[in-house]
Amino acid sequence: MDTFLQQIVNGLTAGSVYAVIALGYTMVYGIIQLINFAHGEVVMIGAMVAFTVINALAPSGMPPLAVVLIGTGCAIPVCVLVGYSMERLAYRPLRRAPRLAPLITAIGVSIILQHLALMVWSRNVLAFPQIIKTETYFFLGAGITTVQIAILAICFTLMVCLAILVYRTPLGTAMRATAQNPQVAGLMGIDINRVIAVTFVIGAGLGAVAGVLFGTYYGVAQYTMGSVLGLKAFSAAVLGGIGNIPGAMLGGVLLGLVEALGAGYIGEFTDLCAWGVPLEACKGGGHFILMGSNYQDVFAFIVLILVLVLRPQGLLGERVGDRA
Amino acid sequence: MRSLFNTKEKPWLIWVGFALIGIALALLPFVLAQQVGTSWVRITNFALLYVMLALGLNIVVGFAGLLDLGYIAFYAVGAYVYALLASPQFGLHLPFWAILPIGAAVAAFFGVILGAPTLKLRGDYLAIVTLGFGEIIRIFLNNLSQPVNITNGPRGIAGIDPFAVPGFSFDSPISYYYLLLAIALGVILVNLRLQNSRIGRAWEAIREDETAARAMGIDTRNLKLLAFAMGASFGGIAGGMFSAMQAFISPESFVLVESIMVVSMVVLGGMGNIWGVILGALLLSFVPEILRWTVTPLQEALFGRMLIEPEVIRMLLFGLALVLVMLYRPAGLLPSAVRKRELTASGEAPLVDARL
Repeated sequence: MDTFLQQIVNGLTAGSVYAVIALGYTMVYGIIQLINFAHGEVVMIGAMVAFTVINALAPSGMPPLAVVLIGTGCAIPVCVLVGYSMERLAYRPLRRAPRLAPLITAIGVSIILQHLALMVWSRNVLAFPQIIKTETYFFLGAGITTVQIAILAICFTLMVCLAILVYRTPLGTAMRATAQNPQVAGLMGIDINRVIAVTFVIGAGLGAVAGVLFGTYYGVAQYTMGSVLGLKAFSAAVLGGIGNIPGAMLGGVLLGLVEALGAGYIGEFTDLCAWGVPLEACKGGGHFILMGSNYQDVFAFIVLILVLVLRPQGLLGERVGDRA
Repeated sequence: MRSLFNTKEKPWLIWVGFALIGIALALLPFVLAQQVGTSWVRITNFALLYVMLALGLNIVVGFAGLLDLGYIAFYAVGAYVYALLASPQFGLHLPFWAILPIGAAVAAFFGVILGAPTLKLRGDYLAIVTLGFGEIIRIFLNNLSQPVNITNGPRGIAGIDPFAVPGFSFDSPISYYYLLLAIALGVILVNLRLQNSRIGRAWEAIREDETAARAMGIDTRNLKLLAFAMGASFGGIAGGMFSAMQAFISPESFVLVESIMVVSMVVLGGMGNIWGVILGALLLSFVPEILRWTVTPLQEALFGRMLIEPEVIRMLLFGLALVLVMLYRPAGLLPSAVRKRELTASGEAPLVDARL
């Protein structure tokens, strides 16, 4: 039972970060039907910038919270700039092109960002300095650390703020109108280019925060972290229904849970001895585990493929899978 | 000048051209080995492998219009089949004529496994699913060392037998050059014949408009599966050759970046145009190598040390190639006639075509 609860806590934490990243994918997709392949790299750049600043400030004796806040404060403008410039340079000129074209430029942008990061930070793994004293609280046998609580609180606050922005402000109304029908929205006096740029900027800002949180949670950041993280967040967005903001939040949390529980239990489920297969290795309470927790990364992709095959519109979304 | 090269008046000129190209290709490895060193023969061999891979992917992306970002998975499958059947890993040493068809068949089988559930998906969704599929294959290759050691995990498989026909073993880069050249020419020939065949035209119809193609009586499901299977089997053969040539493989060689590299070759050259794809593969194989040989000494001369690794420059070049080609020459350097029409007719396309 405590494994179960522990994995739920871990899954919720990772899932809420996925959800914040997935929002970046889903908002952009909702408005211009582009899978912004490079969003994962924006998250990576956010984590790298923040870690560099945090590592530089850590010995200064400032309060740890202030250090992390300054780090995040430096990461957000950098990511926003990256997000804005890629929209301006690589996607806007192709807005009327067939859909394969911006997808291919997105892949190109992603490679460029990843290798620029490699140039700046080299191949080294940046470690999060030991400045935050984590305390662990126990709750029904499962431990939850202060970092996890902070991550959960920040992610849910961000999601609520975004929901208010999208559903309760004039800018949000403009965004939703552009998503529904860009031409008519333009006729109604909405500056579509501005709305799309703002969407990229918000997504990149959220990505920066998510990058810092993810890096803090796992304690490391590296130039390669963006691609798999991005792919997982994209899977989360698809799971919830791409283009759908509550869907991305739900999908992120669910994906985190699936991944954590999957990693926690796959060993038990694929233990042939537990299934009663008479094997040499099983004698004397031995195990013959086909797949261990090292298969954790597979779950996101399997979820992605299953959702697209069985319910391409996602959990909360409209039908989109057969759009060309 | 024009009358000199007028092939309509002098049809034998084509054959003279072929003969000249043939002689040039036959002499190339000796010239390279003499003039710039044997390592360039090896680089040429890799370029030939990439030509095969790019042509295989071109069947899926260029002909049938299905963007596959996990293509390297099939290359990996072919490479691992060859490695497992001809190395000390299981003590098997089958001859090539048994392994290569098995490799191609297993890769084609994986192609169908990937194709079958994704038949309904189009465009960008398919791209992401194929990408995930490629990653799944790599994760399995990395982890299939427990509980039964199949792939030897991240340590890879060493001591793979070289390609051998009775009485002759391929052991030098030059001998592999001729082997790869022969296979690459075979692949080119198959591609050329496919393009204007009944199947090739059906693929083109699917790419242009799947619904219309189905209405015309084309069995879209089987033809899409066939595209996946054929593309995959070319990847499998290329993978087998890679195994034989390198004598060592590990999951490191089959990462996402490799898939994207092959996609870049197809896109840069011109999706759907065989000569364009070959040009793309050769350019993206040789230009980074030439850069590697010029940029490092240049940096050392200018700054006294190496500031930017050649590998990074290579990847930046790939990324830039993808972006710039899409922005300024969306149909590629040598566009296929149909693609050109399709990708440049931008003014008529609505802002969001799917919803309007």
